[in-house]
Amino acid sequence: MGTFIQNEILAMHWLNRLVAFLLQTIGINIKTKIGGSLQFFFYDVIKITILLCLLIFLISYIQSYFPPERSRKIMGRFHGIFANMIGALLGTVTPFCSCSSIPLFIGFTSAGLPLGVTFSFLISSPMVDLGSLILLMGIFGYRVAIVYVIMGLLIAIIGGSLIEKLKLDDEVEDFIKNARAVETRGVTLTKKDRLDYAYEQMSSTFKKVFPYILLGVGIGAIIHNWIPEDMIETILGNKNPFGVVLATIVGVPMYADIFGSIPVAEALLSKGALLGTVLSFMMAVTTLSLPSLIMLRKAIKPKLLGIFIAICVVGIIVVGYLFNILQPLLI
Amino acid sequence: MRVRVLGGGCKKCEALLKATKEALANTGLKGEVEYITDFSEMASLGIMTTPALMLDDEIVSTGRVLKTSDIESLMIAHQGL
Repeated sequence: MGTFIQNEILAMHWLNRLVAFLLQTIGINIKTKIGGSLQFFFYDVIKITILLCLLIFLISYIQSYFPPERSRKIMGRFHGIFANMIGALLGTVTPFCSCSSIPLFIGFTSAGLPLGVTFSFLISSPMVDLGSLILLMGIFGYRVAIVYVIMGLLIAIIGGSLIEKLKLDDEVEDFIKNARAVETRGVTLTKKDRLDYAYEQMSSTFKKVFPYILLGVGIGAIIHNWIPEDMIETILGNKNPFGVVLATIVGVPMYADIFGSIPVAEALLSKGALLGTVLSFMMAVTTLSLPSLIMLRKAIKPKLLGIFIAICVVGIIVVGYLFNILQPLLI
Repeated sequence: MRVRVLGGGCKKCEALLKATKEALANTGLKGEVEYITDFSEMASLGIMTTPALMLDDEIVSTGRVLKTSDIESLMIAHQGL
């Protein structure tokens, strides 16, 4: 039963068979390189699109119950490392885009939340969201997904605590410290508002992300059928001890949604890249991006920004190596 | 009626501003649409998620790009019409 859910519902193997059948019906041999690439392309685009729409809708609905006003209140009740843990957990369910990061930062800071807790929230928010959990389950299996989420939360908790210990409160821009935020309850939403919100999120995310999915799957299809296995094994597999570092450094400046980076990861893995190497690439792509760093720079001074980036990069690299060691147990 | 759209100048905020102006024109209500991009001012009004919409002193929406028709209903409800 577990395998059935894994293979047919989450990974949609039925869809792969359907795509193969349709391609063969119109006379394309899926055993050839071009045929194989086409099968991978159509199967993956349809699968990821279905998952994306369902997931974003469901997640946005859940998120509508956790506006930042509420998360702030919950975080304020905890102290020490527990506050960091709650911050990291709430980061996964509180909706927030990079253009809201400054008002959010001011709101947290002026409510008296410690800087470290705010950072636990800011690290976990892009790194681990509910979408990535379910998507990873569908593609790499539930063990990988669960360990990925735990690792992401650990980076957020440890990173936030470290920033707290370093006493960097002076590294926050003055206008943030001086701003006096008023606490409001947030807007009261009806069930219809939540459904509308979920639908808006779904359609706007789909429009924004679809080109990345096409690009990601396109690259994935090329890797899948055209790039020789030895080459990938040499660069990203067992033979290269620096594969994780390389994947992280390449991934950081890239900006894509997790939905776009997954097909590339999937194809690399099937061609002999190591699991940790592939996951650190994905984490690097989704966690740190230029637009969000530019936004964050307006709120914090360069030193703190540098420390934030360093914590994320080191965390991602450590997680990558850990996954490479654990790989035989997880897949 | 004092109408305030709050946002840092991102695409979503611009979209809400446009829809709000349209909605005000469509309802024929008297009012002025202000666009607030100053983050400190947003904080002092209690806004944590952008784009946000305020009608007089009431925050009616945060973090959403509302449709013109939705804003019209909010304006009419706010005016108690």
